[in-house]
Amino acid sequence: MNVFDIIGPVMIGPSSSHTAGAARIGKTAALLLGAPVAKADILFHGSFAKTYKGHGTDKAIVGGILKLDPWDPGIRTSLETAKEQGISVTIRTGTIENAHPNTALVTLTSDQGSTISVQGASVGGGNIVINKVNDMEVYFTGQNTTLIVMHQDIPGIIAHVTNLVAVGNANICNFRLNRQEKRGLAIMTIEMDSDFDQSLVSQIQTIPHVYNTILLKL
Amino acid sequence: MQLKYNSVEELVAAASSSNKKISEIVLEQQAEDMETSKETVYSTMENSFEVMRQSVLNGMDETLRSSSGLSGGAAAKLKKAVDEGKNHYGHLLGNAISMALAVTEYNSCMGQIVAAPTAGSCGVIPSALISVLEEFDLPKHDIIMSLFTASAIGMVIAKCASIAGAEGGCQAEVGSASAMAAAALTEIFGGTPQMVSDSCAIALKNTMGLVCDPVAGLVEVPCIKRNAMGVANAFTASELACAGITSAIPADEVILAMKQVGDLMSTALKETSEGGLAATPTGCRLRKQIFGTDSASS
Ligand code: SF4
Repeated sequence: MNVFDIIGPVMIGPSSSHTAGAARIGKTAALLLGAPVAKADILFHGSFAKTYKGHGTDKAIVGGILKLDPWDPGIRTSLETAKEQGISVTIRTGTIENAHPNTALVTLTSDQGSTISVQGASVGGGNIVINKVNDMEVYFTGQNTTLIVMHQDIPGIIAHVTNLVAVGNANICNFRLNRQEKRGLAIMTIEMDSDFDQSLVSQIQTIPHVYNTILLKL
Repeated sequence: MQLKYNSVEELVAAASSSNKKISEIVLEQQAEDMETSKETVYSTMENSFEVMRQSVLNGMDETLRSSSGLSGGAAAKLKKAVDEGKNHYGHLLGNAISMALAVTEYNSCMGQIVAAPTAGSCGVIPSALISVLEEFDLPKHDIIMSLFTASAIGMVIAKCASIAGAEGGCQAEVGSASAMAAAALTEIFGGTPQMVSDSCAIALKNTMGLVCDPVAGLVEVPCIKRNAMGVANAFTASELACAGITSAIPADEVILAMKQVGDLMSTALKETSEGGLAATPTGCRLRKQIFGTDSASS
């Protein structure tokens, strides 16, 4: 936690949990998809489901899917913008088992037909926790600079990636690996103390069996 | 020296022993923590301050209305009275209260604001600081530095209690904002670090037990007017502390009491809109009006 978690974020109102946090969940999903969004299906749970209209949570999360930041006034008109860009948006409400009261499940389909589903919770003050990606349990907040590498679970990849992190002179403060099954899809989340060089991200992206690499700093 | 933000006492001791203001040691330490320069950290804060200023201006628009229809236009009304010299409690207080309304109304209308510490309580700190900046023509630098003191107090409260209405009730949001504003004001007006701590304690004592009961679950009623109360409370607490009046209960104990009170508080009074003002006949009627019969009440 630092001073800007307390005096901050700069955001579009009215609620840090119901707008800023929602926008961050949407943006994270769009970044993880890593391709232009054609279709967005949003499921709101708990307080999100009950009050999303009055809070503009729908506008915020769609704004995020358009890669707008929580402080971007474009959030106010995000639903219209999505329509103009030909993105079809569906908003549903329902119950997600054992989920935090402010949870959204965002399923995105790219223009190429690839999909990703991201479940995130808005845990207060605009901070979020991503709990699931494609039904796989994960945990990251984006508070620190976070490198997310989606790859196939095969030997040597972790060493390869962390080597490049060392080249970037970044200190790792948290490392996590989640995988669906042996040799299946795996997600590495590496949180770092300082910023990370974008060119190294591109290098990681070229490692064989790496599907998608994103650098997240919310 | 490494600050842990586990207590207000720690901040007071660190500042006193190095003969500095709390804001100075916090800025130094944050720059170190973020592995960047003091100038960068300062200018990020300056940027937030400018957003605050803009939100005060934008929120004064008399035509503002939130999408629920519950709020908008109150700040402009009060400002008019203040400008015409028709308010009763002086220019500074009237101005400060109207600014608190302006920022929070703008927030309700999906305007750009700075959460401080939350969006629901975003009006207290800007209104406290910008109203005194205008009234006394203070150096802007002092005001921006004071935001580091406010944040440090906020960090301690976040660590030892909570700054979320859903966890601690409104004492955690408007109460914390008020304590942070009081601390900032006390430093601006030359108070010692101990006085900063006392003003924080006094402000929090005054909001102890305040519940979070937003009508229809929206950050409008009672939030907007509570921000106006929050700035008046910050003035009171800082005025007392700067006159050398101490808090009988030290700040850290007040914060722990606030945590305990928050834990004891029924969940009906913590942002669920099941109790307090949200559950009044009028509160329920407004909810129905905004969301229809079933969507928000289930
Ligand atoms: S009543 Fe609840 S939502 Fe409103 S400002 Fe207070 S804590 Fe925030």
